[in-house]
Order: sequence, then structure tokens, then C-alpha cells
Amino acid sequence: MRLVERPEIRGTQKFYVLQVLQGLWVTLRHAAANLLYPRRMPVVYFPEEKKSLPPTTRGRHRLMKREDGAPRCTACMLCATACPAECIHILAAESPDSNIEKYPAKFDIDMLRCVFCGYCVDACPLDAIRMDVPEVTLADFTRPSLVYHKEYLMKHDNKDFVPDYNPPRPVKWTHGPHARP
Amino acid sequence: MTNTQLFTLGNIAVMVVIMWIIPLSFIPFFIWLERKGSAVIQDRVGPDRTNILGFRMLGYIQNFADTLKLFLKESITPEKATGFYYFLAPFWSMTVALLPLLVIPLAAPITLFGQTIRFQAANFNVGVLYIIAVSSLGVFAVVLAGWASNNKFSLLGGLRATAQMVSYELSMALSLTGLLMVYQGVKVDRIVETQGQMLSFAGHTLPLPNWGVFLQPVGFLLFLVAGFAETNRNPFDLAEGENELVAGYHLEYSSVKFALFFMAEYVNMAVVAFVISTLFLGGYQVPFASTEFLNQNPRPTLSILGAAALLGGSLFGFFVYRRADLQKDQFAGMKKWEPYLISAAGAGLAFVGLSALGYALFNGSFLSWMPPLLTALLQVACLLTKVLFFCWLYVWVRWTLPRFRYDQLMGMGWKLMLPLALLNLLVTGVLVLIQK
Repeated sequence: MRLVERPEIRGTQKFYVLQVLQGLWVTLRHAAANLLYPRRMPVVYFPEEKKSLPPTTRGRHRLMKREDGAPRCTACMLCATACPAECIHILAAESPDSNIEKYPAKFDIDMLRCVFCGYCVDACPLDAIRMDVPEVTLADFTRPSLVYHKEYLMKHDNKDFVPDYNPPRPVKWTHGPHARP
Repeated sequence: MTNTQLFTLGNIAVMVVIMWIIPLSFIPFFIWLERKGSAVIQDRVGPDRTNILGFRMLGYIQNFADTLKLFLKESITPEKATGFYYFLAPFWSMTVALLPLLVIPLAAPITLFGQTIRFQAANFNVGVLYIIAVSSLGVFAVVLAGWASNNKFSLLGGLRATAQMVSYELSMALSLTGLLMVYQGVKVDRIVETQGQMLSFAGHTLPLPNWGVFLQPVGFLLFLVAGFAETNRNPFDLAEGENELVAGYHLEYSSVKFALFFMAEYVNMAVVAFVISTLFLGGYQVPFASTEFLNQNPRPTLSILGAAALLGGSLFGFFVYRRADLQKDQFAGMKKWEPYLISAAGAGLAFVGLSALGYALFNGSFLSWMPPLLTALLQVACLLTKVLFFCWLYVWVRWTLPRFRYDQLMGMGWKLMLPLALLNLLVTGVLVLIQK
């Protein structure tokens, strides 16, 4: 543990004038630079312009598929058990494939309850559920539409996402602590 | 009643209306300035999506949207609020905020077609004292709101505001007293007239205007800080400290009642900006050019006006143009050529200024009624420029400084500003006596 002493205000600092002027100078530099070079502002016009997300993003869930298109999931309920928010609701049914015991007749994820902890992904023994769909702005207008069903979760094929990841466009700092000569 | 008396009466009535319109029209502008100013300081873009038929007016439309929203919201009254006082508070704050401007002169009186037109709504003998008295009435709104809402956080906010006002009103009045000693009077128009002369000290005339900021630098600083405290603005906005008091004294107010508090705050700021410019920065006086000089020489008057329009118009147009292509490819439904149109309007203003400048420099024949009008126009423009600077200073300081702690606030008020103000008063008194 380190005890941090509160720096004492002493001498001319008690009048605040010099310190206030220093602060005002910093903000004035920012204002002037942004008025003269608005293009250099580190701003993303969000709905029209989106930052691509890095490959390690933990995004929305998806269910992986077998080669014949059936879900990889065997309805073992490990994810639903691991889920701290109790947002996964599985209805198991007998699988038509004689080698497999069960399959999920229903697989609902209540996104209004999900806390994006990723425990379901860790719990799954078959890698049947992943959280790598690069969608992080999950908003909608009704509650039922935010309960994702099996069909919606399975609409992707098994390929990895974000192949076109490129790092955010470099910001040219003309001022401030990141400024380079 | 004679004709002249009637004319004076009409003049006063018109000026009263103007002096109410000016602060009210300052509100949307000030909010826009605050939004865009904070954006520009924090490397953001600021509001630029709200539009009417695709026209955004540089984000100005956002004000209308916000006002409409506030007026359409449900007006909630707490069950245990003290009815009458609860409703009185917002109206009180707005009414009182509008009063002090009545004594501010917008320009020197001019004589036109044998009639004297005054640009001051009320010329009281008590001038400056009236400003101090009325502006300190504003705290009653805060106290009333805090107490009548029947809410602990509101009450704490109201109490803080009271303590703050009591501490800072003293230094405010004392810093003005030094000014009154220097100018030997409390009538606002006399003070502004005196500021049109040149600064003279111990028999020497210095190349500086006779402004309060040069005669009373300490008083100016103290009044500026006290003005910030008086309007509950950022370094001193403990009365509405969000992290401690949710929203402070206006916590229980919604809809139009909240809008009134919100707008009164901005009117207060505009008023303090007007008062500081009038008392300390020469008011309507153009530096180094007295009213008589401007009246007798219309060519320099028109030149200054033209140069100011040229500078302002081209700067405005330039900044808008720099920003215009930022959103060129974005935002479906917006008029993409609108920023270019606005920047062209700035260029048009610059062109008008340039032609005025050219007319003043090369032709320069004026009809007899033009010089006084030009003088009044220039002086109003000069005052408004000073006021705009202080408005920007308000925004600038707010987005620079963090909030003071409560003990720091009180310590600064009583242990730093009050002794400084008293010392300033003493030194000023001695100097004034020596001068005599």
C-alpha cells in the first residue's frame, strides 16, 4: 500500500491565477486547432461510419453447426447452468440422428438479461456456442424481439468473423500529450 | 404633455422592450455557444443532426428541439411541496434576472432631426447600486426552490447557494466600491462617459483608455470571479453539484418550470457580461475614439465598422467553410450545401464590410443624419463584441476548470477575496486622495 499525500497548495498557487491561465491556454489551443483543422478531430460519425472491431471482440452469441447444418449443441444444459444471469432457455428433444442423444428443440437467449460474461462459451464441451459476432449495439424497440431464437443464432456459417479488421484510422495529434514533432 | 415629453416616453418604452428582447435572444445563442464551444474544446463535433427540412443551421436547431421537449413534458409537482413558493421560485428567478439590464446604456445618446434619442431604458440616480441590489435578489429564487420542494438535496443546494452568495456578494460590492471611488459617482451613463477619456495619472496622460480594468485591475479580477460565483457557474456551481446533490435546488422541477430556471441562468450570465463590459471595459466606448470624435468624423466611424464586419464575416465564413466538407458524404436527408451557404453569408458580410470600408476611404460624403446613426451603430457593435467575449469566457472557463471543494470555496471567498477587496479599497482611497 502506498500513501499518497495530497499536494499542498502553497505560495502563489493560493491565488489560482497562474494555474487557471495555464488551464485556459490548454483548452484554447484545442479550440483553435479544432476550428482550423476539423478533419483532425478523433471523431467517428457513428451510425454512418463504424469502427471495425478487433478479432478478439466478445460480441453477440451464435450457435455453431454440424456439417449437415444441424446444431452442434446436444442440449446438455451446461451453458444454461453456468449462466449467472439465467438467460439461456433450452428445450431438449430426441435427436433424429441415432448417434446423438438430444438436440435443442428450442434455444432462446434473453439478451435483456445477458451480462456478456462468456461463461456459456467456457462451459460448452462441444464449442457449440461462441460469442464472436461483431455486433455490440444490440438495441430494439420491443422486448420479445430481444429474445434471440435458435434460427437467428444459427444464421451464420461456421467461418470466423472480422477478416477485414483494420485498426482505427490513425489520429494526427497536433497538440496535447500525444503530439509528435 | 408636450411633444418632446411624448417622444421621451416612447423612447423609454422602446428601450425597455429592447432590453428585454436582448437577454431573451441571448439564451438560445448562449446555449448554442456552450454546446459548440465545449465540443470544440473537447475535440468533438457538437450538435449537428437536428434539422428542419434538412436545414441544421450549424446545430442551432437543437435549441428549438430542446425547448419544445421541455415545454411538452409533464409538469410534476411534489405532493408535499409548499405550493405557492414552489411555483414562485422559477418565475422569480427569471423576472429578477431580466431587471438589471435596464440601466445599461447601449450607446451614447444621439440627436436626430432635433430629437434626442437615448439608448438607456432607465437612467436612475442610484445606477450601480440598483444593479447590485437587484442581482442579489436572484438568490431568493434558489433558496425558495430549495426549501419549497421539500427535498433534502434541494434544501442542501439552496443552503449552499445562500452561503456562497453571502460570501461573494461582499467582495463583489467591495470591488465595485473601488470603481465608484475612482469615477466619483454611481450613475451608469456618467461612468461610461468618463471611460471615453484617456487615462491620466499624476498629471501625465497615458496611451490607454480610461477604463475600469486599467484603473482597477484587482477590482476587475475580483468582480469577474464574484460574477462567476454569483451566476452559479462552473468553478462555483456547488448549488447544483451533480455528484453530491443529484441536481441541487432545481431537482424537483420539471417541464416549463425547469426551463425557466435553466434560461434564467443564461440570462444571468448575459447580464453579468453586460455589467462587466459596461463598468470595467468602457461599455459602448470604442477604444481611442470618443463619441464626439466619431460624431464629427463619420469616415473613420464607417471605416471601423467596415473593418469589423470584414474581419468578423471572413473569420466566421472561413471556420464554417473548414467544417463544411466534414459532413459532405454523411447524413441522409440533410442539405449538404447548407454549410457552404452559411459560409457564403459570412463572405457576404465581409464583402459589405469591404465596400463600406472602400466608401469611407475613397468617397466619403455623408448626409447630415448619417454620422450620429453610424456612431450609435458602431457603439452598439462595440458593446456587443465585449459582451460576446465575456460569454465565450464563461463557456471557456466552464470547460476548463473543475469544481471547487466547499471548504476551498469558502476559504477563497472569506480569506482571499474579502481581504484583497478591502486592501484594494484602501489603496484606491489613498491614491484618489493623493490625486486631488
